[in-house]
Amino acid sequence: MIKLHNLHKSYPIGKDSLHVLKGLDLHIREGEFVSIMGSSGSGKSTLLNIVGLLDTHDSGDYFLNGQRIENLNEKKAAILRNKFLGFVFQSFNLINYKNALENVALPLYYKGIGRKERQVTALQYLEKVGLKERAYHLPSELSGGEKQRVAIARALVTNPKVVLADEPTGALDSTTSHSVMELLKEINREGMTVFVITHEEDIAEETDRIVRLRDGVIISDKRVIKKAIV
Amino acid sequence: MKFLFDIDTWQEIYSSIRKNKIRTAITIIGVMWGIFLLVVLLGAAKGVENNFNKLFGSFATNSVFIWAQSTSKPFKGFQEGRKLTLKMSDLKSIRSEIKGLDFVVPRHQTQAVATNNFKSGTFGIYGDYPELNVVQKKDLVYGRFINENDILENKKVCVIEEEIYKQLFDKDEYPIGQYIKINNINYKLVGMYKEGSLRTGGPQGSIHIPFTTFQQVYNRGNTIGWLMITGKPEFDISQIEADVKLLLKNLHKVNPEDNRAFGSFNLGERIAQVTGFLTGMQFLTWFVGIATLIAGVFAIGNILLITVKERTKEIGIRRALGAKPWEIKRQIILESVFLTSVAGALGIIGGGLVLMLIDATMGKGHDASLTNPTVDIPVILIAFATLVFLGTLIGLIPAQRAVSIKPIEALREE
Repeated sequence: MIKLHNLHKSYPIGKDSLHVLKGLDLHIREGEFVSIMGSSGSGKSTLLNIVGLLDTHDSGDYFLNGQRIENLNEKKAAILRNKFLGFVFQSFNLINYKNALENVALPLYYKGIGRKERQVTALQYLEKVGLKERAYHLPSELSGGEKQRVAIARALVTNPKVVLADEPTGALDSTTSHSVMELLKEINREGMTVFVITHEEDIAEETDRIVRLRDGVIISDKRVIKKAIV
Repeated sequence: MKFLFDIDTWQEIYSSIRKNKIRTAITIIGVMWGIFLLVVLLGAAKGVENNFNKLFGSFATNSVFIWAQSTSKPFKGFQEGRKLTLKMSDLKSIRSEIKGLDFVVPRHQTQAVATNNFKSGTFGIYGDYPELNVVQKKDLVYGRFINENDILENKKVCVIEEEIYKQLFDKDEYPIGQYIKINNINYKLVGMYKEGSLRTGGPQGSIHIPFTTFQQVYNRGNTIGWLMITGKPEFDISQIEADVKLLLKNLHKVNPEDNRAFGSFNLGERIAQVTGFLTGMQFLTWFVGIATLIAGVFAIGNILLITVKERTKEIGIRRALGAKPWEIKRQIILESVFLTSVAGALGIIGGGLVLMLIDATMGKGHDASLTNPTVDIPVILIAFATLVFLGTLIGLIPAQRAVSIKPIEALREE
């Protein structure tokens, strides 16, 4: 699904440049639940931005769903984001004057789907995250956990290939964090590829595969041995 | 075009406006003021123009008055200072030799006391042909103007101005068929007219009698007091004036260089001056109106720039969710067009109301200073279209700014 080979990225800082990603090789298959672990400055956000087509890489190869990503203009990137990717952000990034349903329906709007169909689909996904009753509430009337569930519903609504979650629990308390992770796990069980970025060990533990990043290189990549369900 | 009818599009515009109520309102007032000024000024200019047209309406505007004076240069054995008089024979020559003439109307003029029973007054007495009623249309209240028969038979009939009726007759008295005495000669009253706003009879009012009667009664032989000449619309009245004068100088053996021999008053030229002034006023109106409009439109561009700046993060979110740059742009352009349109519509309505008010207060009655202050619908449509066009153009600036920030940077914005 996502295939990176010898990926490099650096940012210019004044006259110098900061080499953030130093030749990453990563292959995420369809249906995987992967977390990228790393402290701040390790390059994990940069990686997510590149994978999420919000940023471009300098050299190396990036294949998304078998398609080589290069020379994307903003329009093409927007179409690919809409089609293949769902984003979940740390700060939820819901649009504050739109209610939950409208927020969830927004990607469908940009996909060019009719209003009625948008409403129906968006409501289905809200139901899936257990917020059907809160559909007409504004983000300001929702709790943090509820906001993140709305954001997850929004990420899923276009039926993307990959869900990219950037510190999805970063702004939540541990109980809510856990339930959000449970939701992501459930989505993954239904076959969705989920890609989580976190710096919290226990959150990473809940995924199937942990990729550790330090100073722009992968230092470890291993499967999580699941504790036996008693 | 589908997006125009999508409720989300308008919801966004609404929410963006709602967030900045006061700022939006002030900006709208800016544009509104521009188009309001344009409408009111154009309407007022039109009212003034209508008023002038009403004043000159009874006149053939392409006309010139010519009369004889004294020579100021010796010529062909004649000394200077010779008194000249126009003759009926001149009339024939003018008619046959000058091109582009519509009417040549000879007139005589004097002053006399007119009486009716015990009422009397001093009035202007004019000897006229029926054509006068064509070149200087009389608004007849009763009866008729002088006709061909009156001329042929030197009838003692007269047509009076309403002002004279007021002085010589009792209120509600029917004047037609009555006799009034001028210089001890009885004239049968055949018509009465209402003088237009531009009075020509002098302050004392005018009485018209047949030209031939005038010649006979006042012993004028074959002479003409003065000529009123109107040109066909496609001919230049100033040229006709010069041609006629030159012809007259030739007929009366006057030095062609003698500019004092014949006097003239070119009404066409005077009216052209007034019309030129009106054109200038309209140009000024357009200039002021459009300049104000442009200033207002810039204000809208400005507020949108601020709005875009404030919504950077939201725009970033939208782009992460798959909004194409064009979709972001058109939204902002539409917002600009919407604001300018609303402002424009309000301005036009406001301007219309003020024009109605002006019409109601200053545009009524005989001596109205403005007549029908209106603006043509096509003018309004052009102004409105210009406004929407400018709105689109100015919207491009914030729209470009909205997509110039990379989505990743926009998302980082707090």
